[in-house]
Amino acid sequence: MKNLNQTVPSEQNMISTQNNNNPQSMNNSETMNIMRILNIYRLESKFEWLKSIRNPAFALPAILFPALFYTFFGVLMNQHNPQAATYLLCTYGTFGVIGPALFSFGAGLAVERGQGWLDIKDASPMPASAQIVSRLLVSMMFSVMVLASLGLVAFTLTDVSLSLAEVAALSTILVFGGLPFCLLGLTLGLLLKAESAPAVVNLVYLPMSFLSGLWIPITMLPNFLQSFAEFLPPYHLAQLGLKVVGLDTGGSVGKHLAILTLFSAVFFVLAIMAFNKKSER
Amino acid sequence: MQLQNTYEQSTHSSVIASAYGLTKSFVGKKALENIDLEIKSGQVLAVLGANGAGKTTLINILLGRLSADSGDVSVFGVKAGSLQAKRQAGAMLQVANLPETLKIKEHIQLFQSYYPNPMNYQQVITYAGLQHMQNRYSKKLSGGEKQRLLFALSICGNPKLLFLDEPSVGMDVEARQGLWQAIRDLRAAGTGIVLTTHYLEEADNLADDIVLLKQGKIIRRGSSDEIKASIGHTTIRFTSNEKSETFEQLPAVIAVQPSGRFIQLQTENVNQTLLALLYSYPHLQDLTVSSADLEEAFLQLIGSGE
Repeated sequence: MKNLNQTVPSEQNMISTQNNNNPQSMNNSETMNIMRILNIYRLESKFEWLKSIRNPAFALPAILFPALFYTFFGVLMNQHNPQAATYLLCTYGTFGVIGPALFSFGAGLAVERGQGWLDIKDASPMPASAQIVSRLLVSMMFSVMVLASLGLVAFTLTDVSLSLAEVAALSTILVFGGLPFCLLGLTLGLLLKAESAPAVVNLVYLPMSFLSGLWIPITMLPNFLQSFAEFLPPYHLAQLGLKVVGLDTGGSVGKHLAILTLFSAVFFVLAIMAFNKKSER
Repeated sequence: MQLQNTYEQSTHSSVIASAYGLTKSFVGKKALENIDLEIKSGQVLAVLGANGAGKTTLINILLGRLSADSGDVSVFGVKAGSLQAKRQAGAMLQVANLPETLKIKEHIQLFQSYYPNPMNYQQVITYAGLQHMQNRYSKKLSGGEKQRLLFALSICGNPKLLFLDEPSVGMDVEARQGLWQAIRDLRAAGTGIVLTTHYLEEADNLADDIVLLKQGKIIRRGSSDEIKASIGHTTIRFTSNEKSETFEQLPAVIAVQPSGRFIQLQTENVNQTLLALLYSYPHLQDLTVSSADLEEAFLQLIGSGE
């Protein structure tokens, strides 16, 4: 009650307060602003994390499916071939980091938008970037957990042997490699209707993963599909991962990076267009 | 008494947000037409109207979430929807659902972080009547409890301007009373409040000023009593040998209708009319005074049927 008792500033008051603040304490207030925004990012990420990890429909498939698939294809169906187990570790790792990126942004955002929940946030002074930053960090956290669960299966049930440096390089590539897919998810999340979003995201995710050679090695796919994979971003991310263990098909790092960057840029622009279209109405 | 109060309040309050000549259309359909309104600190402005009258569109424009086709909109002297405006305002909009796996207290903590001078946590909880369910997940909340949480989120920032879009939907009687009390307390503390509702009762209980919106136009405005007077006239009925037209001269009479052997007068001010009537025509017979059903008159007025 006491806090509310401040007199309401008239237009003139507000302007004069601003003027008083600016000359003296510019640096202070800017630091304050940055601290405040960082604090919002921190809390938004914390609660986005809690929200996601407490939701079994999101958390369980995201973390367990890649490990489960890897156990089938990399362990049970693979006759103790360490090379195949290593290859599939990289591709299922790619598969595993794309999932949370697409679903957190694509389905999660579309559903909250459909509920009108994002309208409330939009009316609040929350910076729109907090929505992005928090989901990005949460996707990355999920990527780490996916990779940890895959690593657990790989190192206990198969003869995969990787050096610490290789593990570090592979993990870094895959965790940051989720970024382009976050942008793809963001675009989908802004465009799709809440009811259809999860289904559409699956329709993008699963075929794209298969066609990029994430489930079975790309070299086992027919030739025309191998050529087609060149257009699919997961293929390039998987190739970057496979390069670490020397099992890639031989494309240059620069080419893969360039294509992933181009893909990110395209979806960044599309996301901004979708966002502007949404706010025009 | 009522008038006195209103007068006193308005001398202490200043205009914190305004819209003049506001017009908005959606694909050829006029949603708002030439709306003028002022929102004052320490006052509740109720926007009354049926579904589709333009209430939510109006709120969204004042929040800067929609832009007007024409007209001037100003909130705290700045552009609606600017950061400066958002930081001093709060909004309770119509939301189908909240993220289900967060607890009430977590939702509130997060929203507090958005504002430079957030309201004290306990105070938010108390205003919204959520003391006994702070650890409950929003998944487990009833419709009315969700509304209370949304109300809590709208006041997290200690707003000087609060938008409440149909806040009492889904609330039971007790919760509604609690909400009304919270609104009165916030008003007493100086918050300017815009309340949309289609319950006349709600506006009557809370509002200092009411605008009635119908198909995007303001069809009535004034205090609760003025609105009531304008829509719910009192009827005076009697028999007399005089011609019915003679009664049209009486003070405060709005309409005169012969009705069988009776004559009916519609009046804005029963006392004035009665006094003059009995003074001039002391020999009237069968005199009855009745007021029209207010809610019914109101529904007719705002109803979508022309």
